[in-house]
Amino acid sequence: MSVAEREPGGQQPPSQRRPSAAPDLLARSLAGAAAVAIVALLVGFFVALARDSQEAFDTLGWRFLITNDWDPVNGKFGALASVVGTLVSTLIAMLLAVPVGLAVALFLVDFAPSTASAVASVFGVFGARASAAAGSAATWLIGLIGGAIELLAAVPSIIFGMWGLFVFGPFLAEYVEPALRRGCKGVPVLETLFSGPTRGKDMLNAGLMLALMILPFITAVSRDVFRSTPSVLREAAYGMGATTWEVARVVTLRHGWRGVMGASFMALGRALGETMAVAFVIGNSSELSSEYSLFAPATTISATLANQFNETSGELHLSSLVALGLVLLAITVFFQAMAQLWLRWSAARGGTER
Amino acid sequence: MRRPRSLFWRRAWDFLVKAVAALLALLGCFVLGWILLTVIERGGPALAKLSFFVNRTSGVIGDPDDGVGNAILGTLLITALAVLIGTPIGLLAGTFLSEYGRDTWLARVVSFCANVLFGVPSIIVGVFVYVLFGLLAEDLGLPLRRPSAYAGATALAILLVPVVTRTTADMLRLVPDSLREAALALGAPRWRITLLTWRAARSGILTGVLLGIARVSGETAPLLFTALNYAYWPTLSSLNGRTANLTVTIFDRAIQRPSEEGDPSAWGASLLITLGVLSFTIVARVLLRWRAR
Repeated sequence: MSVAEREPGGQQPPSQRRPSAAPDLLARSLAGAAAVAIVALLVGFFVALARDSQEAFDTLGWRFLITNDWDPVNGKFGALASVVGTLVSTLIAMLLAVPVGLAVALFLVDFAPSTASAVASVFGVFGARASAAAGSAATWLIGLIGGAIELLAAVPSIIFGMWGLFVFGPFLAEYVEPALRRGCKGVPVLETLFSGPTRGKDMLNAGLMLALMILPFITAVSRDVFRSTPSVLREAAYGMGATTWEVARVVTLRHGWRGVMGASFMALGRALGETMAVAFVIGNSSELSSEYSLFAPATTISATLANQFNETSGELHLSSLVALGLVLLAITVFFQAMAQLWLRWSAARGGTER
Repeated sequence: MRRPRSLFWRRAWDFLVKAVAALLALLGCFVLGWILLTVIERGGPALAKLSFFVNRTSGVIGDPDDGVGNAILGTLLITALAVLIGTPIGLLAGTFLSEYGRDTWLARVVSFCANVLFGVPSIIVGVFVYVLFGLLAEDLGLPLRRPSAYAGATALAILLVPVVTRTTADMLRLVPDSLREAALALGAPRWRITLLTWRAARSGILTGVLLGIARVSGETAPLLFTALNYAYWPTLSSLNGRTANLTVTIFDRAIQRPSEEGDPSAWGASLLITLGVLSFTIVARVLLRWRAR
């Protein structure tokens, strides 16, 4: 505090005019409490689920995750079918959604603008005005496609389930699956994967539903990452005579691969835990199929929870379901945390992210 | 480019890749269109009848006067409760991240946890709230039951909090520091400045809440064990017990009434949920774009 402020004749010293600190303290502690509550919530998830799954782990041990015999009536809880189902359906979804999501993001960022300008130049034969109109119409259409894919991300899971069960499943069983079976006859591994009767309520349908649900997520994040590529780099590549695809491959993809990796981790976490769409279409068989066919009904951890949690046949059944939930929680939190750390690490690693 | 290829092949390859990418993008739109058309076509007839909105769910299969009025009311009540619980927590936590705790290790931990919480599967949130309410009721003796509308609303609020926290923090960070400094220079206390930044960022914060509502109002998995379903109208006293809601009604009908086409009321409820969620999403996006201008 300076001498000038204490000079007589001036205003009162600021220390006396300062309002009481109580409301400030209140605001600060309220905000802090809410923030700490979020951390406590995440810890609470583990504590609560660990507490209620204690009995299952005590009675069955960790081995229940890798034994294949789920028979609640006779007190047998081997959750291998759920665990394998979760992994396989997620694998199918990732194999399909990551490349497609990347392609769509590249289309929105790199390919579509050049296509729009190509359209504009084709319409150039009708004069400058027609060219500009065609160009802006094409740009508008591309924006519409981007918006539609974003909207796909907002469609609730249960709507995917209804569509997958009543519309897409029958379509799959009627047309797609028989074609796959015929097409893959004689091919070593695929022949086994695409064999058996087609029902439409199976692993393949679940994997496709998951792929459709994480696709818009991967597209949206990759698009933002690709857009952040400095245009100088892109223009330099074009200036050297590279084609659009070469620019995308050499500049955009190389620049944004870290962000794409992070997005894929997050999408993986989502696919692992997605429930309703899968519970509707996977056919819910708690037995592991002995045919190794994607046309066989299966189940996932989340689908098992959705179907059995309300109709448990005793303490141990409920406890083993909570244990399955704990395992799913641990896996998804692991992947989300990895994604966070990875993104933070790659952002700190240098100016390439921004 | 390891070995030079002729311009023709490079152009041909370029065209092929572009065409495939364009087809895949159109495929995404096609799927959205297919889903929307299906829901409108099958759910539309149910919505055309007044009984769909004013009657409660009857247990009779093929009842022409079947309605989901109680489920609509239940969904509205549960969602409103979730917003009431979740928004203040998210708003305050976001304020902490951007104002009080900026650049502290605690803020880093909190934002990390909020991001991870965003990725926790919604069914796990349902299991957690089921266990939590068991603890509250049995071990602490609180007059809360599971299943109840309160348990369902708590589950949805947990899903809402990370969304509101993140958007609030992001939007408050967009408020220029010169505004805060100007207020500080005028002798305003810190809490006044917080109110000021809230006002400056209000449309952004509203967008976050709308996005949060869009996320939770279509959720089924967290309500499956916490709110269950009920064939009667929700009343003030029945909120502490099973409560009807649209999404679990869809699930129950699809699983318990197997048919080729699906239950008409379930399709009607699907259409209602889709319209609600998509319109909230679109309004939030438009607000966001309008703000960015």
